[in-house]
Amino acid sequence: MTAPDLECRALTKRFAPDAPPAVDGVGFSVPSGSFFSILGPSGCGKTTIMRMVAGFLEPSGGDILIRGRSVLSVPPNKRPVNMVFQHLALFPMMNVAENIGYGLRRRGTSKPEIARKVGDVLERIGLPEIGTRRVDELSGGQKQRVAIARCMVLDPDVLLLDEPLGALDLKLREHMKVELKALQAAFGTTFVYITHDQSEALVMSDAVAVMNRGRFEQIGSAQDLYYRPQTPFVAGFVGDSNRWRGRVTRVDGESLELQTDGGLTLRAARNGRAIAAGDRAEVFVRPEAIHPARDAAALEGCANMLRGEVSTLLFNGAASRVRVRPEGAGADTEIEVALPQSGAFAGLARGDDVWIGWTDAQAGAFAAAAAE
Amino acid sequence: MTGTSARLGFVLLLAPAALWLTLLIVIPHIDLFLVSLRERIGVGQYTTSFANYGTFLDEPLYLMTFARTAIMSVLATALTLLIGFPVAYYIAKLARGRTRSVLFLLCLVPFWVSELVRTFGWMILLRETGLVSSLLQWAGLAAGPVELLYNDAAIMVGLVYTSMLFMVVPLITTLDSLDDAVIEAGYDLGGSAPSILREIVIPHAMPGIVSGCIVVFMLSLGNYLTPIMLGGKDSLWFTELIYSQFILRFNWELGAAFGFVLLLLSSVIVWGTLRLTGQTLRETMG
Ligand SMILES: Nc1ncnc2c1ncn2[C@@H]1O[C@H](COP(=O)(O)OP(=O)(O)OP(=O)(O)O)[C@@H](O)[C@H]1O
Ligand SMILES: [Mg+2]
Repeated sequence: MTAPDLECRALTKRFAPDAPPAVDGVGFSVPSGSFFSILGPSGCGKTTIMRMVAGFLEPSGGDILIRGRSVLSVPPNKRPVNMVFQHLALFPMMNVAENIGYGLRRRGTSKPEIARKVGDVLERIGLPEIGTRRVDELSGGQKQRVAIARCMVLDPDVLLLDEPLGALDLKLREHMKVELKALQAAFGTTFVYITHDQSEALVMSDAVAVMNRGRFEQIGSAQDLYYRPQTPFVAGFVGDSNRWRGRVTRVDGESLELQTDGGLTLRAARNGRAIAAGDRAEVFVRPEAIHPARDAAALEGCANMLRGEVSTLLFNGAASRVRVRPEGAGADTEIEVALPQSGAFAGLARGDDVWIGWTDAQAGAFAAAAAE
Repeated sequence: MTGTSARLGFVLLLAPAALWLTLLIVIPHIDLFLVSLRERIGVGQYTTSFANYGTFLDEPLYLMTFARTAIMSVLATALTLLIGFPVAYYIAKLARGRTRSVLFLLCLVPFWVSELVRTFGWMILLRETGLVSSLLQWAGLAAGPVELLYNDAAIMVGLVYTSMLFMVVPLITTLDSLDDAVIEAGYDLGGSAPSILREIVIPHAMPGIVSGCIVVFMLSLGNYLTPIMLGGKDSLWFTELIYSQFILRFNWELGAAFGFVLLLLSSVIVWGTLRLTGQTLRETMG
């Protein structure tokens, strides 16, 4: 078995002795040729991990291995990793070809060889004719690709990307997401990508690590994170969820009953987690797991069934939703429900009476202590 | 209607600057140039000729002083850049928060006292019975009192000291505008410190370097007090010649010619520097 391209072991960074660590015992390994993302809210320590891997920050503890060898004592200009910076950091004093050729020049590659490689990589990013352009004459998407080409031409073991799409507008970001994935597949290089945008992480990655307050909450495939979150943070952060807090009144087997603070009684699954009757717990249900119906009979098999009134209609084409205020719950309890794409409920209007229901298996319960 | 009032506003806004330029710079210079073209052929009798410029070219002392002043000024500028660049780099890129403001203030402090007092400060340090001389004797490095004043080195020290701020400020401004990530990207792509300095930092700082150098060069060239007070008998400065022609000899014609030669020199050197470094005046002046 070959060593993974990048492996971090119990990586820790403390900026001040008395402050909580910015990165706290993070461990992960990235197999060769895969696309690994670190997803987390702003300030959780993503950039700090990147900077340690790139060599700009000294870890307070732990180890970083590239292809099985520790690189802690290797300075950043000698590490076989390259980084695409958040604001790209193209060299404004050089043209595109000089930017891309910079690393090769530093390696002492011969001039004709540099010209050939630069031409080659420009071809691969689909911009063969921009070599002589100045950096400030490029569009946002072109700069993006040049910044990636500048690293890829050096054929690094690992490419680090620090929110590279952050500065682009929404439309271009959507486009670059697909493009970036295609580029990664074409070059076959290992990508480590950090972002706070879950759709970027979910769409592009082979594996995603969800990070919160310096720690990894869960590492897994996009499907794992979405359908089988292991912590309340992941359940709340990845995708949209309806979320309730309350007290567990009964546990039988994998199923439990919860009295929410808003006054609803719900059934949920504990998925093997240790929750006992009397505990405080949190329950997450995805909007698309909730079925709307005209009457109770249509919701057969759902452990949770509520009757309510449509309080808001959120029309968004195929992703349309309604908010339902259940009967007998407080005014601030609203449940978001995805409308089926069949269009069966297209006629739903504000104030209509509906039934909603979901199975207990689709309602994940977590002990609440960890969530505070 | 709006066009006319906008134009009127523009004229009114520009008027003070235009007046200032015409009254204080253009008119005196034209007059000075006319004076420099006068040749005295008898008491109160003048003709127009280049005779004053001829005198300048014929007299070795004038030419020598002129060349010395130019070379020393270039040297002072280079030294100021050499010392100022690391200082500016440290302040702009490495120092953070309070340290940064304190260091910047330290560069400014010498300008709270007048140039005269500042130069006297150097005299107190460098004279025979001064601090440096005593220190050398105390350390056993010198047998008797050493005179460190009244030579070219003393002038150089004074010039560099006086000009430092004018070099450091534009450098800090341009270096500040260089994104740290760009420097880091240089390291990340395999650059070493010298290559990053050469290929990234210096090209980026070029407008600041050029504008700092131009200001320092002009200040040194036109300096009067420092060379007079710190320099010796042999270290004449060209401004001293101009002063003596105007004030001591009442030879305004020759003094004016000297002034114009100096103006020509600084213009040529500034133009040459801009050409050499591929900068335009517009870029440099922001
Ligand atoms: N040089 C530093 N000195 C002290 N604290 C720092 C330093 N750099 C980062 N931090 C702290 O470490 C924490 C993590 O910062 P980091 O930049 O890694 O966040 P991030 O996850 O990249 O956030 P964002 O998504 O906003 O870029 C933050 O609380 C930040 O204040
Ligand atoms: Mg960041």
